[in-house]
Amino acid sequence: MAMLEVKDLQVYYGVICALKGISFEVNEGEIVSLIGANGAGKTTMMQSVVGIIPKKGGSVVFDGKDITKMPCHKIVQLGMTQVPEGRRIFQELSVYENLMMGAYTVRNQQQFKEDLESVFERFPRLAERRNQIAGTLSGGEQQMLAMSRALMIRPKLLMLDEPSMGLAPILVDQVFEIIKELHKQGTTILLVEQNASKALEISDRAYVLETGKITLSGTGAELASSDEVRKAYLGG
Amino acid sequence: MKFLETLLNGLSSGSTYAMIALGYTMVYGIAKMLNFAHGDVIMVGGYTLFVTAMTMGMHPLVALLLAVICCAILGVTIEKLAYKPLRGASPLAVLITAIGMSYLLQSMAQMIFGSADRMVRLFDLGKINIGSFRISAYTVVTLSCSAVIMVALSLFVKYTRIGRAMIAVSEDKAAAQLMGINVNFIITITFAIGSALAAFAGFFMVLKSPPVNSTLGAMPGIKAFTAAVIGGIGSIPGAMLGGILMGVVESFAQTSPVIAPFTVAIEFSILIVILLVRPSGILGKKRREKV
Repeated sequence: MAMLEVKDLQVYYGVICALKGISFEVNEGEIVSLIGANGAGKTTMMQSVVGIIPKKGGSVVFDGKDITKMPCHKIVQLGMTQVPEGRRIFQELSVYENLMMGAYTVRNQQQFKEDLESVFERFPRLAERRNQIAGTLSGGEQQMLAMSRALMIRPKLLMLDEPSMGLAPILVDQVFEIIKELHKQGTTILLVEQNASKALEISDRAYVLETGKITLSGTGAELASSDEVRKAYLGG
Repeated sequence: MKFLETLLNGLSSGSTYAMIALGYTMVYGIAKMLNFAHGDVIMVGGYTLFVTAMTMGMHPLVALLLAVICCAILGVTIEKLAYKPLRGASPLAVLITAIGMSYLLQSMAQMIFGSADRMVRLFDLGKINIGSFRISAYTVVTLSCSAVIMVALSLFVKYTRIGRAMIAVSEDKAAAQLMGINVNFIITITFAIGSALAAFAGFFMVLKSPPVNSTLGAMPGIKAFTAAVIGGIGSIPGAMLGGILMGVVESFAQTSPVIAPFTVAIEFSILIVILLVRPSGILGKKRREKV
């Protein structure tokens, strides 16, 4: 059964149609990626699925529950969260406080402590800087913090919006390694990326989004070898 | 001695401004709107004190409690009825709605209580003598109460779950939602706290001078808004600092018969100067954009 099932999703900004009815699904245990150029509607798709921006039509079912009209904070409580584009960490709060915000819905102190330890184990840099104001972290560290913050609710489905954006190549590799590792540990992942080759490499399945419509879909390997995708997104 | 007395008077009226400025700044920080009806919540607080303490003869502290509750409910109601439907509308539409709400509250107060002043005499506060030094009990009460309230508010914001959620919402609404924070609930809480503080401000104001009328909150509201902008709108310590500064300047300006008529002009001039030198206010943060 699909963990996330999006059917005919439509989103408008005023009269401008940003998503013209897209359908896709993410099955439990998969890494699915959505690739597409700037302005294709990737971030719009991510934000509308999770309830930050309203949907005009269509339906979204997560874990067997209809979440089409559910507000974002309730969707998050069902176990779906997102690392937004541009990381969006709380700049004025410390690293520790950011992680605490990530665990806002976690009432179990024991769970919080465990998750905090595992974050600090995975990212020793964050442990060193736990009391530092997050706005003073480097771009790479901020991405690590944004991902860790999202993991604090132990999401079943983690959505990542352009996690490699603006990072040095070595950090990009590291981010993709982390995604693979999270996947191995049982998190289902929906990835939106401009870095199509990297994304397709680790994806079970992928969709191509073009000006508000899904134009292609297939396994990661299929899309990576498709002529259209190679020409448009992989540089020949 | 004269200097110290003037300073203390300034600090006490400044802390009243600070209480009001906190309401402006917190609502701006969280809901990103200027609630120009905020000053009129003070006035509603004043009339609540009049009805409960004077008409119904309740103990002043009970009356204060009721005023705080009334104002909190009023603030939340205003937000739900007038501002919430405009979430996402242009800032100008929200601003005009807030101004309209301000006039609505003033007119309603006039319809109910008439335009004549109503006297609210809660306590007979005398002067306290410390040696040759005389200080009015009003100053002591206002200063100590507002100090306690401001410290409590700072601790609340810094150390409670809801307080931290308020910081998160003020910084990034969408990211806060992704943490599972109910933004509407946080906005409600913010309006409740801001309006409750306005009730305290109203209480301090009637302690100082008993007449209550429908424009009771108008001038203090504008001055406190100015104070919030001077301190850096959106910043809680900024509102406190701006309010205190406003009160102290006012107090010292009024000691000189030559300068006194220009007190208000001086206060607003400070705003202009601050905005020229530091557009984000004294403690306001410059937005860092990191892509």
